[in-house]
Amino acid sequence: MSKQNKEKTSLLEPFFNGLIKENPTFVLMLGLCPTLAVTTSASNALGMGLSSTAVLVMSNLLISLLRNIIPDKVRMPAYIVIVASFVTMVQFILQGYAPDIYEALGIYIPLIVVNCIILGRAEAYANKHSVGLSVMDGFGMGFGFTIGLFLIGAFRELLGAGTIMGFKVTPASFEPAGIFVLAPGAFFVLAALTAIQNKLKLPSATNGSATRSELACGGDCLSCHGDTCADNKSKLEASKNNK
Amino acid sequence: MKELVLVFITSAFVSNVVLSRFLGLCSFVGVSKKIKTATGMGFAVVFVITIASAAANLIYDFILDPLNLEYLQTIVFILVIAALVQFVEMVIKKYSPALYNALGVYLALITTNCAVLGVALINVQEEFNILFSIVNGVATAFGYLVAITLLAGIRERMENNDVPKAFQGMPIVLITSGLMAIAFFGFSNLKF
Repeated sequence: MSKQNKEKTSLLEPFFNGLIKENPTFVLMLGLCPTLAVTTSASNALGMGLSSTAVLVMSNLLISLLRNIIPDKVRMPAYIVIVASFVTMVQFILQGYAPDIYEALGIYIPLIVVNCIILGRAEAYANKHSVGLSVMDGFGMGFGFTIGLFLIGAFRELLGAGTIMGFKVTPASFEPAGIFVLAPGAFFVLAALTAIQNKLKLPSATNGSATRSELACGGDCLSCHGDTCADNKSKLEASKNNK
Repeated sequence: MKELVLVFITSAFVSNVVLSRFLGLCSFVGVSKKIKTATGMGFAVVFVITIASAAANLIYDFILDPLNLEYLQTIVFILVIAALVQFVEMVIKKYSPALYNALGVYLALITTNCAVLGVALINVQEEFNILFSIVNGVATAFGYLVAITLLAGIRERMENNDVPKAFQGMPIVLITSGLMAIAFFGFSNLKF
């Protein structure tokens, strides 16, 4: 009985870790491109979040299964192929069953491949943990990302169009500020969010209070420029020393 | 010719890759502290995107399309881009150490920059031929170069400003980018 209990808590731990403690949108600040680009409405944000979750769970599952088979030297190309395959599948599923979402998200669906969260979790978590834990980590991180996108999307849609998920919620006297659903609005909303986090000293990668070392990209997208992050860092350091 | 100019203006300014499409945002915010590094990054992006959009277009037109393998485009493009960047880095290192010293550090940063893959996918989506693909690639990268240089210039000027404590760091950079995005909206009313 006690053993079963232990198993349970250890499976739930990575789930809540991704959902709250290391929330990819609010705490780790990963995947900024989709965060800004597709949050023009709550439904787009939800579509993007769920697509990324599906890819993340499947790629975590497969990478965790293959973690002892993939040679260490070629692991990044292998991860990229795995992730890209699942992204292509998700793209076809959306095209077939949710053509509206597919049209609205457009080019950002194939670009899930280069989302820092997915390769980051593959490298930092699925590579080292068992299948069950990796899948739960995928669900936690995925839902954390989805909730983050949904909240930002709902906020922008409410201010910019006066609707949430397409339903009118504001009184007729409220004049929507259209800029919030346009590109500049995305920057302003994220700026306000990070400023509030700084002010309240909430854990966030942008003010250096969240964990950085455990993750592939050092924890935040701003210092992440690709799959060879540690490598990049040493190169940048070396170039600094040369000057 | 007129269409080529139109594609160039559209990709470089009207739907700017960073300020309106949000591609390559990580490096846009991360490498824009100094004008010098920003332009270095910008030129490296111009270099890589031009080569990558040509290569991706050739592969799509001569391999994927004739064999009905369009569905493999995402996988093929990302692998080609990653391999291409590595290859270009090796070639430059061997034959032009001066250019390598100028661009080398940034080349490694670009491999999974979403702008590169984004341009390749947009070229396919818009059904551009090889000439249009290259022009679109150059224009997109030029837009990136302009945007990151402008942001770096503003950030250098802002260094001594008295920014409220909560807005220091990332928030003020995002606000600056937002204001730049508003300015770039002016281009959308260009008429030819």
